[in-house]
Amino acid sequence: MMSVFPFIVVAWILSVGLYGVVTSRHLVHQIICLIVVQSSTYVLLLGVGYVTGAVAPYFFDVPDHTPAVDPVVQALALTDVVVEAAVTALLLSFAIQAHKRFGTLDPHELVSLKG
Amino acid sequence: MSLLTAAHTPYTVPLAMMDALQITILVLVAAGATAVVLIREPVRQVLALTVYGVLLAVLFLAFQAPDVTLSELTVGAVVLPVVLLLTLAKVRKREE
Amino acid sequence: MTPGQRRWVFLVAGIGFVAFFLWGLSGLPGFGNYPGPYGPAILRVAVAQTRATGVVSAINFDYRGFDTVGEEFILFAAAAGVSIVLRRLRGEHERSALDQAADRHVPSTSDAVRMVALLFTGPVVVAGWWLASHAQTSPSGGFQGGVVLATAFVLIYLAGEFLVFKRFSPVTLTDVVEAVGAGGFAAVGLSAVLMGLPYLTNFLPLGQVPGAVSSSGTIALISFFVGLEVAAAFILIVGELLEQTLLIRRGGS
Repeated sequence: MMSVFPFIVVAWILSVGLYGVVTSRHLVHQIICLIVVQSSTYVLLLGVGYVTGAVAPYFFDVPDHTPAVDPVVQALALTDVVVEAAVTALLLSFAIQAHKRFGTLDPHELVSLKG
Repeated sequence: MSLLTAAHTPYTVPLAMMDALQITILVLVAAGATAVVLIREPVRQVLALTVYGVLLAVLFLAFQAPDVTLSELTVGAVVLPVVLLLTLAKVRKREE
Repeated sequence: MTPGQRRWVFLVAGIGFVAFFLWGLSGLPGFGNYPGPYGPAILRVAVAQTRATGVVSAINFDYRGFDTVGEEFILFAAAAGVSIVLRRLRGEHERSALDQAADRHVPSTSDAVRMVALLFTGPVVVAGWWLASHAQTSPSGGFQGGVVLATAFVLIYLAGEFLVFKRFSPVTLTDVVEAVGAGGFAAVGLSAVLMGLPYLTNFLPLGQVPGAVSSSGTIALISFFVGLEVAAAFILIVGELLEQTLLIRRGGS
């Protein structure tokens, strides 16, 4: 059971986030659900690289060549987390400008774009 | 649950306890994600997102990734809520 | 198509998508049985080759440094995008930081918040610098250190007013620091090219003791530049959003 449970959680978080994005009535709520979808990818990356019984890949306190988890996926997830925060800020600035122009943040009312 | 692996484990806690910790925190993360999505009001959702960020950080720590924990903690519990609350303040001010 | 119909279409498509997703995930080796050759290969040689005990940072800035250049420029572009999208439009002007309406009185920051924020600003800055400069030894690195440094400026805003925040981080200075960070990273890579080596080769002396602060060549240097850039990018983003709360529109929309 332990060998598939993290991936089931990844699928759950992804689908819950997608459901939130599709059925949202507020742009900021939609962006927060997008953050949830992104977080599922972090869990997936780290889950793929995990080795049972291994330590973190830092060797300043454990002897060299101790069995460690995969460091490559950690490097990917690390930059991922920081960069997606900046991209989320960019999305939020779009939401601010949409509100300035159309006066509403409801995606259903933003559908028909008028000049 | 796996009790032993082929590799000699340098942990001081038994593997079963690590498994239990990981399963618990995974369940909490799934529940946290559901809560974040189901809350519709944005300001309350930002608070839920902060708690979700801290839960994710604990999950990454249980997956032996302290670097990612640091990033997720600073970004998810400080920067993202600040940026979201500023956006909501701007949007709300215009509705007055 | 009404929202109800949309919801049904999404349910059908969503269930199909999740089914395919789970089918794909079932092809993975089980959790904890990571087989792949790349991870153990790097772990075997990383400490000896780069004299860095923080293997994740060694991967980020040496083995896969090219990916990190790309990620850093995503960050740069996102910060620039926020500045451009939130520029002051025609018909908007800035008002002073306190609310102008006659019947509203904005309470000043409480003393407790002010004291806590001021007390923590110093240690947070020190922590940020420590994180950004110790990439090669322990779980730290440019990205985390930069975000923690930006957090210190948010604390300054909490402790005082927006104008104090602006005085501590004027836009031109932050822009310059961000450019120095991004350009410094690229320049370190280019200086390897000037010496006839491939881009981003680790050419500085590696040091003797694995994990000392002055070891691991360009990794420490690049981490420092990345820390500068990430901190400046997030300060810019928060500053732009703060300025937005001051803008009001003249006349009707």
